[in-house]
Amino acid sequence: MRIELERRAQPSALFAMLSPFIALGITLVAGVIMFKVMGLPPIDALYAFFIEPLIEVWSLHELAIKAAPLILIATGLAVCFRSSNWNIGAEGQFVMGAVAGSILPILFPEQTGAWVLPAMMIMGMAGGAAWGAIPAWLKNQFGANEILTSLMLVYVAQLILDWLVRGIWRDPDGYNFPESRGFSPEQILPEVLESGRAHYGAVFAIIGALVVWFMLARTMKGFEIKVIGDSPRAGQFAGFSAKRTTMFAFLIAGAFAGLAGISEVSGAIQQLRPVISPGYGFIAIIVAFLGRLNPLGIFAAGLILALSYLGSEAAQISLGISDKVGRVFQGLLLFFVLACDTLIHYRLKLVFSSNSARET
Amino acid sequence: MGTLSGKQETSSNSNFMLEVREITKKFGDLVANDKVDFTIGAGEIHALLGENGAGKSTLVKMLYGSLQPNSGKIVWKGKPVQISSPSAARHLGIGMVFQHFSLFDSLSVADNIALSLDGEFTSREIAEKAQELSHSYGLPLNPDSIVGDLSVGERQRVEIVRCLLQNPDLIILDEPTSVLTPQEADNLFVTLERLKSEGRSILYISHRLDEVRRLCDRATVLRHGKVVGECDPSKETASSLANMMVGGEVEDIKRQSGNARGEEKLLVLKDISLAAATPFAMALKNISLEMYAGQLLGIAGVAGNGQSEFFDLISGEITIPDNEKITMRGQPVGELDINDRRKLGAAFVPEERLGHSAVPDLTLSENLLLARHASDNYAYTGLGPVQYIRKDALLQATKRISEAMDVRKSGDNPAASSLSGGNLQKFIMGRELDRQPSIMVVNQPTWGVDAGAAARVRQALIDLARSGSCVVVISQDLDEIFEISDVISVMSDGHLSEPIDAEKITREEIGLLMGGMADDEAGVANAH
Repeated sequence: MRIELERRAQPSALFAMLSPFIALGITLVAGVIMFKVMGLPPIDALYAFFIEPLIEVWSLHELAIKAAPLILIATGLAVCFRSSNWNIGAEGQFVMGAVAGSILPILFPEQTGAWVLPAMMIMGMAGGAAWGAIPAWLKNQFGANEILTSLMLVYVAQLILDWLVRGIWRDPDGYNFPESRGFSPEQILPEVLESGRAHYGAVFAIIGALVVWFMLARTMKGFEIKVIGDSPRAGQFAGFSAKRTTMFAFLIAGAFAGLAGISEVSGAIQQLRPVISPGYGFIAIIVAFLGRLNPLGIFAAGLILALSYLGSEAAQISLGISDKVGRVFQGLLLFFVLACDTLIHYRLKLVFSSNSARET
Repeated sequence: MGTLSGKQETSSNSNFMLEVREITKKFGDLVANDKVDFTIGAGEIHALLGENGAGKSTLVKMLYGSLQPNSGKIVWKGKPVQISSPSAARHLGIGMVFQHFSLFDSLSVADNIALSLDGEFTSREIAEKAQELSHSYGLPLNPDSIVGDLSVGERQRVEIVRCLLQNPDLIILDEPTSVLTPQEADNLFVTLERLKSEGRSILYISHRLDEVRRLCDRATVLRHGKVVGECDPSKETASSLANMMVGGEVEDIKRQSGNARGEEKLLVLKDISLAAATPFAMALKNISLEMYAGQLLGIAGVAGNGQSEFFDLISGEITIPDNEKITMRGQPVGELDINDRRKLGAAFVPEERLGHSAVPDLTLSENLLLARHASDNYAYTGLGPVQYIRKDALLQATKRISEAMDVRKSGDNPAASSLSGGNLQKFIMGRELDRQPSIMVVNQPTWGVDAGAAARVRQALIDLARSGSCVVVISQDLDEIFEISDVISVMSDGHLSEPIDAEKITREEIGLLMGGMADDEAGVANAH
């Protein structure tokens, strides 16, 4: 006996829409089972995880701070994934964006004109885009697999950051801690509202998602990305260049990740440290797929994943659960999203093969 | 009209090699086979006829064990059987030669055969046995040659020999001649007659009605998954068989004879050679061509002799550094890409519908945009550099094309993959014809297309040529070539033969050219 996947003639449109919600539901059920096994009251644990962070103003601000980079990065990744460019190095592009954007505040702390913040943001985007251009160039020039190159460049970026903050960019007045100097107040991304910490990174996320949504859904560039992703040969027939699209997708994804990086550093951390991301660049991959590679869906998915970060912190405090449980939830969610998607397009079939005819 | 015998004897008769009784196969809501009945006697060549999508492949897959019927029974030599897998089928004595070969290019003939056998044989034993068999059936083969070096006809021989080694009583052949030259096909028929004389049965699936009439003892005709008739094909005409398949009269092609050639040279290629881009591609050798307004050129030849490379060269999917070597309407275009050539009034329809001329998951209107986003003065995009897609204009054009070409579809704007092959091809042809191109190049216009749609497509090509455009049709279907062409060339081993007036060339001459005698053109009347 073996299990086969058989393609469905007509995938159900209703279930295609419901699939992320079903996945979320199954994740919660799995969560209940997991907490039971851990010997914790499941309802209390789920409450601490998913409800508590939503009922206080300060934690809604934290939600926005966590969701913004996820949404920005995932939006850029959607452009890559739609065009079948498997960029999984957004974490590195995030880091290099943060590094490039920090050049001004660290080397020129006395520059406090109104131009400084926009310049930092643009340099952050340029840094991320440049880091993203490397795997794109390697793919176009040598046919190097972009999954490997983009992933490996994550570690290179992290080591560059580490080297900088322990070495030449270490704060001279910082008691030898591996940290850069703190940014001047004019070099810090301001808060959006009076009521809390959420900074302009959240606004960038909203604008970024809307712009990319418009591009993908309504313009020729979005059409080109879709065609190249679905069927490169037809793209050639349409006169589109697959190489140009690869470079474009990586530049967009890199720029968005870079903007997220410098926003996080300038808005939330306000200095460079050896570690500036709790894995945003990787979690954004889940966000992109959970949002069905549609920037509007990604917006909702980013909020959900951000909640899982906050929830694991909250549950750590109130119930003493390891913060690794948050990672488990993220993993479960991605698994169930992919499983639901697969079952929408395919049905499972048990095949009983009789060996009676092979008795030779 | 054919003698349609709707009823067949229902009692089990052990004289039959194979009986299929009321077999039904459903895929979701689609009934691919609806209570299909038919029988094959020992030593009979039985044809299975039907348009694309009539259910032939489904039926054959059930006989070969790759699909299981929902209901009905299969009786093999008088005993009801369940054929659960291809290996069970082979064990019973049912062998199959597929239309698309399943051979490993980098292995030798003997190794390829060894891979398909269940038993334990050394490759030497197999080589000897294969050689013995291939000689006794007139299928010369060297067991040590590498499959990648063989011609298509030789590869088919490997498949046949591999099938014969299992000593089958029933051999299923799926479109066996679609890849063969007329001479190779003749050799195949000799082999099949020989097998028949040994008492083996053959189930023969083909579109080519002339072959079926010549070769087969009986024919079963399927339409929409049902058996609609059984006949003796030798007592039918090709057109009465075609009518049975499509269930109505196929429109005759209207073609004015006489020379409609204009004075203007619309498409010129000057002595172009092109190295093969991959090990499996064909190099083009000294291709020259001059096409005048109003001319329809048919390019015959067995697939894989450089046709797709030739198509890419004209379409601009391959560009060449020497700009002057290709001209369209007098303009040099060698370095120009496909969209620049479209802007000069050229239109292209590649062979592969899904994945080349259309994206399966995109809607028809999006597939319209695919080929026409840069031509038509950018009529389908707006807002300058933003290139906002104008959906209303696209939907309007989609509707216009669908009506003009009688495209049958569900809904106004379904995904390309939801259309049948024929309807999608009509849409794709319509997409290009709607622009009234002055140069049109089409590769395999009616490949896998039902007879009704094929007639429509051919008529449209002829009408376009008569309206003063030049049309190049690359096709493997000789009947089609003769039906529509003013002049005929043959593509063989990367060479393109000098075009010859369609009225002055015979099938035999084309067959010789197809078989690789393009260099020896002296014997063929030259019209230019």
